[in-house]
Amino acid sequence: MPNEDKKQSARVFNFLALPNDSTAKTFIMATLVCLVCAVFVSVSAVALKPLQILNKELDKKKNILQVAGLYQDGDDIEAAFSKIEIKLIDLATGEYSTELDAASYDEIKAAKDPALNVKIPKNKDFGSIRMRPKLMPVYQVKEGGVVTQLILPVNGYGLWSTLYGFLAVENDGQTIVGLSYYQHAETPGLGGEVDNPKWKKIWVGKKIYGDNGDVAIKVVKGAVIPGVRGEEFQVDGLAGATLTSRGVSNMLAYWMGAEGYQKYLNKIQANGV
Amino acid sequence: MSNESKEILLDPLIDNNPIGLQVLGICSALAVTTNLGTALVMSLALTAVTAFSNLSISMIRNHVPSSIRIIVQMTIIASLVIVVDQVLKAYVYDLSKQLSVFVGLIITNCIVMGRAEAFAMKNPPGVSFLDGIGNGLGYSIVLIFVGVFRELLGSGKLFGIEILTTVTEGGWYMPNGLMLLPPSAFFIIGLMIWGIRQMRPAQVEEADFKIKDVSGTEAI
Repeated sequence: MPNEDKKQSARVFNFLALPNDSTAKTFIMATLVCLVCAVFVSVSAVALKPLQILNKELDKKKNILQVAGLYQDGDDIEAAFSKIEIKLIDLATGEYSTELDAASYDEIKAAKDPALNVKIPKNKDFGSIRMRPKLMPVYQVKEGGVVTQLILPVNGYGLWSTLYGFLAVENDGQTIVGLSYYQHAETPGLGGEVDNPKWKKIWVGKKIYGDNGDVAIKVVKGAVIPGVRGEEFQVDGLAGATLTSRGVSNMLAYWMGAEGYQKYLNKIQANGV
Repeated sequence: MSNESKEILLDPLIDNNPIGLQVLGICSALAVTTNLGTALVMSLALTAVTAFSNLSISMIRNHVPSSIRIIVQMTIIASLVIVVDQVLKAYVYDLSKQLSVFVGLIITNCIVMGRAEAFAMKNPPGVSFLDGIGNGLGYSIVLIFVGVFRELLGSGKLFGIEILTTVTEGGWYMPNGLMLLPPSAFFIIGLMIWGIRQMRPAQVEEADFKIKDVSGTEAI
């Protein structure tokens, strides 16, 4: 029997003895290399997937907490996030929707899914977004059973990239608590300064809607002149990043406007959360 | 460690630096050196990929049909890069987000391919592995060197820690915006290569042509 085994293995490794450039060996080597590499890649991808998904979720939660001012470095993200309740709203009516599970809803994926998105008319597409989901999540921060803040996802085009971020609004549906981007590829040092904590601080306390009910908040060129009329609607522009600043203005004009969260926020202004 | 393997490991650091002398892998050196953190992770990723691609290609070198050898090398390198990318996404998520596409682009980094073809195809696995690590470290030295200058002069920080307080933060240092843009890496690498070649004149290439001395009458 051992002899048989030897013969068997000898036959299996026979191809190694073939001349390197023979057609048979070329095919066998190509197949083997592909096979080994494919197994290697798939095993690592499958084995690491759970960790990666966890990272992504934690990263998003961290950003939501940061924009609401509820996170310091080193805090337990899951514990801090327990204060937040996720609800889906239908942008067309401004009503809550229970069609889909809010916790697992991914608005970025939904924007690409023909069953869940709508095309934005060109003349209303200030943020060059093109497609938006019908439903958007809103993260409600609850303290002692009362909703204190609403965190709304926003996105839009800057200079090089789509910026993804969150706008946190007080429960009056009008006062901004913070704006923060978790994903963008703007020029570091110029447009990338949207991440600058000092600039982000300027947003705190600004108002979204003007007296006539239209979106009034915008990023101006240069610095806001103190005491100027409409100061509460203006934010300093980023030096050297005109297009990124304009992108931020445009995306807020879109998302806070009638196509975006306006119906929902109007209801909150009228009736409370 | 024998003298030979020591030489294989240390030679690419300065004497035969993949960026300095061979001028390979410049593109990623421009892209990921705006701060030290990404430069360091990129260095580790590239060193790992070069070392293991050299090792595995060297192990099968006697059985690779020459007609498909480049594709075989690419397949192995690409697989290693995907695995490195997956590991980064799982364990250092924040940095992998900043590196974004550049980890994937290690596949096209000339250093990896160059070492596979020039060294691993002709040498046994042990020294090939060392050669991979050596060249990876040579690349790392340059990346870190460039990264220090760019982050310090461009944003006044090292590893994200404030060293020079910038004007925007209420300090005195006016950051040099050019340092954050890719051309600055070209300048720094250029100056660095000039510096190395001043120290080691043997690295200076012979000029491709010489300007001919022309006497006054000939010019007319």
